[in-house]
Amino acid sequence: MKRRYAMAVDTRRCVACSACVIACKTENRVPNGGFRCWTVQETSGTFPDLALEPRSERCNHCADAPCVSACPTGASFVAEGGIVAVDRRKCTGCKACIASCPYGARFVHADGHVDKCTFCLHRVAKGGQPACVETCPTKALTFGDLSDPSSPVAELARRSRVKTLKPEAGTRPQVFFLT
Amino acid sequence: MARYTRRQFIQIGAAAGGAMAASGLATRWWGLDAARAEDPATDGDQVVPTFCELCFWNCGVLAHVKGGRVTKLTGNPEHPLSRGRLCPRGAGGTGLLYDPDRLKKPLIRASKRGEDVFQEASWDAALNKVGEELVKVRERHGPEAVALFTHGFGGSWWKHFMKVWGSPNIGAPSYAQCRGPREAAFTLTYGEGLGSPEPIDIANARVITLIGSHLGENMHNTQVQELAEAVGKGAQLVVVDPRFSVAAGKARYWLPVKPGTDIALLLAWMNVILTEKRHDAEYLAKYATGLDELTAHVATKTPEWASAITGVRPELIRESARLIASARPASLIHPGRHTTWYGDDTQRLRATAILAALLGSWGRRGGYLVTDKFRLAGYPLPKPPPHPGARSKDDMPKGGGFPVADEVLASGLCDATKPGRALYDLKAWIVYGTNLMQSLPAPQETAAAIQNLDFIAAIDVLPAEICGFADVVLPECTYLERDDDLAAPAYKQPFVAIRQAAVPPMYESRPGSWIAKELANKLGMGDQFPWADAREFVETRLAASKVDSAEIRRKGVVVGKPIPTCEEEGATPNITTSDGKIKLYSVELQQLGFEPIPDFHPQEEAPPGMFRMLSGRAPTHTFGRTTNNRLLAEPFPENEVWVNADAARALPFPLASGDRVVLVNQDGVRSDPVRARVTQRIRGDCVYLVHGFGHTAKGLRQARGRGASDSALTSRYKVDPIMGGTGVNVNFVRLEPAGSLA
Repeated sequence: MKRRYAMAVDTRRCVACSACVIACKTENRVPNGGFRCWTVQETSGTFPDLALEPRSERCNHCADAPCVSACPTGASFVAEGGIVAVDRRKCTGCKACIASCPYGARFVHADGHVDKCTFCLHRVAKGGQPACVETCPTKALTFGDLSDPSSPVAELARRSRVKTLKPEAGTRPQVFFLT
Repeated sequence: MARYTRRQFIQIGAAAGGAMAASGLATRWWGLDAARAEDPATDGDQVVPTFCELCFWNCGVLAHVKGGRVTKLTGNPEHPLSRGRLCPRGAGGTGLLYDPDRLKKPLIRASKRGEDVFQEASWDAALNKVGEELVKVRERHGPEAVALFTHGFGGSWWKHFMKVWGSPNIGAPSYAQCRGPREAAFTLTYGEGLGSPEPIDIANARVITLIGSHLGENMHNTQVQELAEAVGKGAQLVVVDPRFSVAAGKARYWLPVKPGTDIALLLAWMNVILTEKRHDAEYLAKYATGLDELTAHVATKTPEWASAITGVRPELIRESARLIASARPASLIHPGRHTTWYGDDTQRLRATAILAALLGSWGRRGGYLVTDKFRLAGYPLPKPPPHPGARSKDDMPKGGGFPVADEVLASGLCDATKPGRALYDLKAWIVYGTNLMQSLPAPQETAAAIQNLDFIAAIDVLPAEICGFADVVLPECTYLERDDDLAAPAYKQPFVAIRQAAVPPMYESRPGSWIAKELANKLGMGDQFPWADAREFVETRLAASKVDSAEIRRKGVVVGKPIPTCEEEGATPNITTSDGKIKLYSVELQQLGFEPIPDFHPQEEAPPGMFRMLSGRAPTHTFGRTTNNRLLAEPFPENEVWVNADAARALPFPLASGDRVVLVNQDGVRSDPVRARVTQRIRGDCVYLVHGFGHTAKGLRQARGRGASDSALTSRYKVDPIMGGTGVNVNFVRLEPAGSLA
């Protein structure tokens, strides 16, 4: 069975503290000014009838990834488990992928290539969890294989109220949010 | 079973993915192989367990060390406070270790205090200077004329130094500028304060009430973990806050009270609970005194009465009170932490403590727990020499004349430095790890007090504002470069944690343990510092306590036997007042001339055109101590002033989010330009700033000039007459466009 890596972000637990951001930056040596993940606090309503959705966000590892189609050199590709990845040796830094991404998930690394979340594939390959998942103090992040129906992430996808970001973009994100 | 090479396997996997254009396939699996190979390689060759110092929570940390550098910090799964997870600050500790602005060499002042001009010195020269100056002060004024201000775990060496030196004047802003009113209130009510970490059972609470506490933004790791756990199990939140905090966003009821009216709300909640007989009568009959007086006192404090004061609808007060009572005793009224708001804070926290008692949650699961410390032996010391001519205990500015204060007031030490203000004047300060220009209110007063001193030394990692006022600055290394004493705070699961250096000290910085010992040697106090170094100190304590050194050094922590923490587990609620009863009515306060049951007294209103200034925390920062950390500055580089959207429209100038404004307070103090955040998430009568920004120290090259300093705008404070806390939410600001500075 082919693996389909996915992440669930439980906005009911998340406090947008940015522990994920810092853990990601140190784990992956992300240089100053670049972010592979970030946090958002989306507010709706007017005082005092307000609602707030804190979110930890990153590349959605879309099943229909516009960045992969937009990449002229093949540097952007779909890796194991459906992860959208960048081969920095092939990347010319043309930014076509950045323009095509509806989520602002990519940035130009200080070394000139485009960089983004890898779901910490190097850790996952060794049986670990992405750094953001490991540190999250609220356990808001669940990573796993969606094609394994017994995996926690698959259970969350089935059981909970689930949404993806900008579904109208037709990208079929593999990061989903519990609300 | 067919065996594939890794490359073949990946190729098959990629093809099966089916999401790629066929034309790209041949080259793309190459890239995939590269991706698998591409490991940022931040796992340490060596992993050193230690505990964090980015805040006072002291979580267990695993420091990954590679090629002599700390590559990353992760949570220690064995440590009861981190449980394998770190908050952003804990994960960002390398940003402190590798901060290019760190203090690198000892410094001796070369111009006027506060001008921040220094010459580099050798350790020997700097410590000789400190020693000589302290001796001069002792000769003229006695040893008690030296005061220590301390914050952080490394302060233990300096507290010991002061004890040997012979001065009781040891203060931490964490008391009178932070949790002091809470400690006083709980001591008056239950016989003891709460300490840190607080003995509260968030994880098992079914209703959690936060009063001005913005847990989640206030990132006390274990508490935030438990909050999420409780929410995950269906716990309900009640949040009282003029601002729609992140926690308020998760709440069943958000009560946006008018700032300064919390006591009225608390009394009304008690009114509902008592008149509707939702209190735990059996528990109170067994454990408490003063219920009749309390019932009579709150009889008129109806939700309708409180509504006119707080601006919260009566139905909302009533419904939230019923929800709070419905879950008792697993209904946690969170005691908060930074509680110095309005100068009547001990009474507000008394009301909080009394409400918790009505719910029967003291000593019960989901409420306040019974905790214990891991028992540790001290380091054996020779009998200390007597201090001839030492002042009597009554003759000390310790409590500053505040009857219920049970710690020295840092603000009281500052006051005692102004000539003639205390029984004797303080003439020298040692300042360890606390930037008094931000941690004490009214920095204008602090700066003036410092000019009266014969001598001031600062021991710090970064050149904070206070260092600019020091005569000698001693550069301490960070927690990742030093060993310290063992940590064994009271907790629901007793434990002992070890701090051990992950890498050697950079530059000429030194561990505080070394600095204190060297200085003691120069002052002839070496026999009271008989250990070789912090490591030997710890080894001796471990051996005497029968804790396996190899085990704790490998795991970072040794966890003690579980203890019963609540009545449900067989523990008795820990009530240590004079007669062992919870004091709903406080005879002690009544005898001291204070209200025995809290009452509401209105605060001064904001002048027309001004807003009350409130401050709080961001999860990425600890006071002003992390704002120079380049890693933590990335997600949160500067604070913003939160302004209600309707209030912004009513200003005499157009204001949109991102515009820069200057805040001007009631005394004409002007802030640096700060970006506005025009939002629905705050009441219109107040503005809000995250504390710790607006640095002015020239050595803080990252933080300097970023955001506005709430501390500088706190030129006024209101002193709590019961315990001396300095309430800071009594300042008002108006907004001006920053004009050409934008």
